[in-house]
Amino acid sequence: MTFFDASLLRSGEYHDWLVQGLLLSLQLLAASFIIALPLGVAIALMRTSTSRVLRGIGATLVEGIRNVPLLAHLLFWYFAFPELLPEPVKMALYDSNPEFICATIALSLYASVHMAEDIRSGIRAVPASQMEAARSLGLGRIASLRMVLLPQAIRIAVPPLLSQTVNLWKDTSVATVIGDSGLFDGVAGDFAGRAAVRAPLPGADLRPRCLNLSTITGCTS
Amino acid sequence: MLELIHDYWLYFLIGQYPNGPLGGLTLTVLLSAAALALAMPLGLLLGVARVSPWRAVRWPTAVLVQLVRAVPLLLVVFWAYFFLPAVTGVKTGQATTMLMTLVLFDAVYLAEIVAAGIRSLPKGQLDGARSLGLSYGQALRLVILPQALRHVSPSLVSQLVATIKATSLGYIIGLSEVSFIATQVNTLVFTKAVEVYIVLALTYFVLCFGLSRLAFLLERRMNRRTVHATKLNSR
Repeated sequence: MTFFDASLLRSGEYHDWLVQGLLLSLQLLAASFIIALPLGVAIALMRTSTSRVLRGIGATLVEGIRNVPLLAHLLFWYFAFPELLPEPVKMALYDSNPEFICATIALSLYASVHMAEDIRSGIRAVPASQMEAARSLGLGRIASLRMVLLPQAIRIAVPPLLSQTVNLWKDTSVATVIGDSGLFDGVAGDFAGRAAVRAPLPGADLRPRCLNLSTITGCTS
Repeated sequence: MLELIHDYWLYFLIGQYPNGPLGGLTLTVLLSAAALALAMPLGLLLGVARVSPWRAVRWPTAVLVQLVRAVPLLLVVFWAYFFLPAVTGVKTGQATTMLMTLVLFDAVYLAEIVAAGIRSLPKGQLDGARSLGLSYGQALRLVILPQALRHVSPSLVSQLVATIKATSLGYIIGLSEVSFIATQVNTLVFTKAVEVYIVLALTYFVLCFGLSRLAFLLERRMNRRTVHATKLNSR
């Protein structure tokens, strides 16, 4: 057996898996990003609001989500969260693509609180006089947020937001833990992390590129 | 929930120990602390190399740092667990594999922290030390590093939090840390997924939030001391 067989990567079953996995990772990234960014803006606005209650909720969300590893989030949203849903909704979730939906929820929540912190720094970097001037020009609260504060704050926050997006891209790999791990069994007999609780659901296909890459290196070497 | 905690708290804390390998929360904490402690010398070295005046030292370090930072930890865990033994022929246990991977990652992140600490110092510090006749090594050891490291100690605590969170990825290779144990408990009890995973999340929260607060307090104390020192100096 050769040490590294590049033809495996160019065509055949493994190639298809890799491409499929890559596409799935990209889909996860896109879906999570689309949810995380507005959510992040909302949480950042809560944290900088004048209302004590909103600030409290924002801080609780950020600290509560940020201080728990993504893996624990994924385990919770995949194994525990469906149990909290009413029966019809639960059935509907299982009939669709529970792995993808739960991974998206976990990833977007996790990414959104990190983005919220970056946007909050952006908001704090905008001089307070901007908001005061907007208000005194007769703009409403919402209008001055939307047209004066946020455009400036988000522009300042673009570089850290980009690196958060890179983190999100890397984090999609963790979604492996709730993917069906049938692929793995041939490689590692002692792989005990597979989800023994729930048998892989039909149509479940969550194979980020890492799983595939490592499977292939395991097979060829 | 109380019944659950009552039945499984010991398993959750130490895994199968003493009848099997140490696991659970204790393993998570020990592994994180050990990884950070072992990564410290390496991180210091890499951090100094990262801001070295010699290009031949600076560039390879930059490549290593960027490479490690651009790869998900999970991928490296897989590589270390499945690929490395196939190449070297030495099979490492889950805890050792995870420790090696964490040390590599922590070293690189610590290097960035140390490098940031050094860069934040005024350039005159190095120039001043050098013009007083200290060699580059002496200037680093006696002037630059003591100041840089004092600045970054809150970041070190944050890095410990990040390491604790990263340890959860040991789950993937079947390392019996606390997430894995929680899943085992979930399999045993079967009907209490919500309770099990909420306990897991709360455990991580208490640990990581506590440490983050500590980092925050450290930072505030540091700032106060700096302000105090500046006042004394300007007098």
